[in-house]
Amino acid sequence: MKSSKEIFEILKDEFGDKILELKEDIPVDPYIIVTPDSTEKIARFLHDSSDLQFDSLMVLSGVDDNNPVKTKNEDGTESLSGGTLSVYYHLYSIPLNHKIVIRAVTEKENPMVQSVESVWKTADWHEREAFDMVGIRFENHPDLTRILLPYDWDESSFPLRKDYKNPEFYQGMKIPY
Amino acid sequence: MGILDKEFSDSNIIITNFDNLMNWARLSSLWQLGFGLACCAIEMMATSASHYDFDRFGVIPRNTPRQADIIIISGTVTLKMALRIKRLYEQIADPKYIISMGSCSNCGGPYWEHGYHVLKGVDRVIPVDVYVPGCPPRPEALLEGLLKLQEKIRNESSVKKTA
Repeated sequence: MKSSKEIFEILKDEFGDKILELKEDIPVDPYIIVTPDSTEKIARFLHDSSDLQFDSLMVLSGVDDNNPVKTKNEDGTESLSGGTLSVYYHLYSIPLNHKIVIRAVTEKENPMVQSVESVWKTADWHEREAFDMVGIRFENHPDLTRILLPYDWDESSFPLRKDYKNPEFYQGMKIPY
Repeated sequence: MGILDKEFSDSNIIITNFDNLMNWARLSSLWQLGFGLACCAIEMMATSASHYDFDRFGVIPRNTPRQADIIIISGTVTLKMALRIKRLYEQIADPKYIISMGSCSNCGGPYWEHGYHVLKGVDRVIPVDVYVPGCPPRPEALLEGLLKLQEKIRNESSVKKTA
């Protein structure tokens, strides 16, 4: 059984600057922030390393961090741009009975995170849902299509993003109340 | 007016008019499409079960729209499902009736404002005969809805347009 601090040190030794930060003084489970371009390698290590043995991906969630940059326009109005999306991986090791949360942060403009489907098969549908709802693209995912919304839903429309606006119509059916 | 009002007491003959006979036949054997969407469907199943016994009104679940007369929209109608519901409705042979059960299918219910995926009332895609309020409605409420529908059918006419 390893503490989150020990897990962080092991990862830091293995991956160096790909591992950014350990957040501990928070009311929720401590999490480790990693760069989105190496999640597959990190996941493979977390899974295979004999000290860690994270054999279970409990849940994978896509999150809109709701942190856009506000810029004042000349006419006094505000416009929002940028911000980040995150993927949280809640991991559990059944043989060693320890847990950790990994967070990969990516830009909202072009959200790309490596898929961990090759490490945990569970990630397949979870990643499709994260793609469906907040529009995070998972590199090397075998079938990154919408999972809950219809296939003909507007390609650039992701309902759980904070700046989502309901379209007026879908297939001729009025959406607003 | 019941169909047995003009029964002859000493023989097996009943005199009635065509509309009465047809309406009586239709309202007494409303075969429903076996179709449930959400928590309302659980209440609908409870209504079908022995305690409330939907069957005593001639409501029998059928597994194909081609054998069904009514469809009870029991639950949240998502935009994705709405297209399928429309198709199922079109496959039912006339005369066909619709009971909209519960707040979700009546008007969107709790999803009326933030439900990006919910159709705000099934009457936006198919014509509804009876709306049953509730979230979800008790089996008694659904039975009341069915009785209202039977009343509606009882007053139909083959020459005059009613609804």
